[in-house]
Amino acid sequence: MGLDIRTPLGVMFTILGLLLTGFGLLSDPAIYARSLGIHINLWWGLVLLVFGALMLGLGWRAGAHREPL
Amino acid sequence: MHPSEIDWVIMGVYFAFVLGIGFTLRRYMKTSTDYFLSGRSIPAWVAGLAFLSANLGAQEVIGMAASGAKYGMATSHFYWVGAIPAMVFLGVFMMPFYYGSQARSVPEYLKMRFDEKTRGLNAISFATMTVFSSGVSMYAMGLLLNLLLGWDFDTSVWLSAAIVLGYILLGGLTSAIYNEVLQFFLIVAGFAPLVFLGLKDLGGWQGLTERLTHVATSQGFASRAWSSTWSQMGHAASNPMGVEWFGVVMGLGFVLSFGYWCTDFLVVQRAMAAHSMSAARRVPLIAAVPKMLFPFLVIVPGMIAIASSTHMGASGFALPHKTDGTLNYDLSIPMMLSHYFPHGMLGLGLTALLASFMSGMAGNVTAFNTVWTYDIYQAYIHRGASDHHYLNMGRVATVFGIALSVAAAYVANHFNNIMDMLQLLFAFVNAPLFATFLLGMFWKRATGHGAFAGLLSGTAAAALHQALTLPRGSLVGIKGGWLAVLHLYPSEMAQNFWTAISAFTVCLTVTVGVSLVTRPRPEKELVGLVYSLTPRPSEAGRPWYARPAALGAAVLTVTLLLNFAFW
Repeated sequence: MGLDIRTPLGVMFTILGLLLTGFGLLSDPAIYARSLGIHINLWWGLVLLVFGALMLGLGWRAGAHREPL
Repeated sequence: MHPSEIDWVIMGVYFAFVLGIGFTLRRYMKTSTDYFLSGRSIPAWVAGLAFLSANLGAQEVIGMAASGAKYGMATSHFYWVGAIPAMVFLGVFMMPFYYGSQARSVPEYLKMRFDEKTRGLNAISFATMTVFSSGVSMYAMGLLLNLLLGWDFDTSVWLSAAIVLGYILLGGLTSAIYNEVLQFFLIVAGFAPLVFLGLKDLGGWQGLTERLTHVATSQGFASRAWSSTWSQMGHAASNPMGVEWFGVVMGLGFVLSFGYWCTDFLVVQRAMAAHSMSAARRVPLIAAVPKMLFPFLVIVPGMIAIASSTHMGASGFALPHKTDGTLNYDLSIPMMLSHYFPHGMLGLGLTALLASFMSGMAGNVTAFNTVWTYDIYQAYIHRGASDHHYLNMGRVATVFGIALSVAAAYVANHFNNIMDMLQLLFAFVNAPLFATFLLGMFWKRATGHGAFAGLLSGTAAAALHQALTLPRGSLVGIKGGWLAVLHLYPSEMAQNFWTAISAFTVCLTVTVGVSLVTRPRPEKELVGLVYSLTPRPSEAGRPWYARPAALGAAVLTVTLLLNFAFW
């Protein structure tokens, strides 16, 4: 129906990924004691970025094959 | 640990997208079918994820983790015995009638197959029930947001109601479905790293099961009672659920789960929104694939929490105690979020919880506005109006549905007992439903009078069963035994399962009996509504993963393997 869900999904996860990786790079490493020393913001942020980009890619590809509404 | 700026920003991004999707979809809402059934245009995978998420409200997420802490791995029976087989049955056998009959709702199918009174009974009880359950989940959310975000009850209830109102009013069912898809990915993104950290902290699966041995033996159970699914199910007394295998398979697996997944319009509506018959049949099957892995996301956190709380000297954390001295199992996931996640990830975890709260509510609201408009308003109050009129009615119903939910949330906050009684009443009404659908779809001789009498007597049987039995250790009252106590069950769960089994059996028997002495409908009226009179949809030439039967068999095989793997 009109809007391909993969596009907003992709944009949202890209933004969340950027926020987490950005915060992960800037934040004080001491806060990662609670996550067992793993830089979880950075790593999981990258995962979300990849997922977001993948969804955007799929949405775009599908959009290119469809006539505009 | 309260959220900091970065956490609020992450939650803010989610809220912006939720409302943004509603605004974008607004211009596509032209007919009532667009609004209530997404114009029957949703791809199977989107509807499938929504089908899964609509049930994954916060009560489910918080409740499953709590059960994981209380009963251990056996909680996965709700998935691997309950939900999955029922979802496969819905997709393979029942969807052809729901979708093929072009019914716009589950009650409308009952009208086509049986008669007006059966539809009316189902529509009215369903509409009331959805409004109240959305109120109860709003109430639960209010308590939790108070703890996690420091918001007061009024703020939590009104803010979430306003957001849900906004996006449903604008984009109808499509809005709800799209947001359920966002929620699905957010839950996975928020909880998977949580489970990873929890397990790593305890020394992996091995470390978890070792600690669970202490949990089990300290409460007088065999050492594997918390870490296995079936091995302790031989007797009700040997597992913390207090249920034996037959109660699990019949009560939970057959009656309750099939009753919920195959007849509850909240979930079936998502499949009805699919763009074709073949897509509609695949919706519950696609949903079943992630569903069978969800115990690892929602039950295992509870097991981690109880393991961590019981074992002395653990490096982890402990669940807080309630005022009566028992552990507060409901806080398993919230406690883990604030224990393991630094700021940033904390925001993501909280967003996942918020998303599940809101889409759970939205699921109830979209099911309510459809049943209200098509099965109550159009059927009994105002027939024959223009489609535009019903579209507007749907919007009005969205507003008063949410208003009633808010009212119910306040009632729950002040008079907890009233809500408990209502939920019990709904359980009685729901318990016999699956028998009615089973006979309706697979026995052409079943009649409207039979179905109606069966439903009423099934509900009465459920109430009577409850009135004559009591879970061990409970007081006579809401828990049962208000007429006499003829039988003591080892646990409340066992009593629930047997209440359902009684209701199902009585409904089945009475429906068959009454049907045999009443006049059946002519066969030509039942084409497309009953199995034996409906041509099978052809699946030739499709790859196996697009054929419902093959996909269903694959899903069941993997589920069976999971049962054995955690035996």
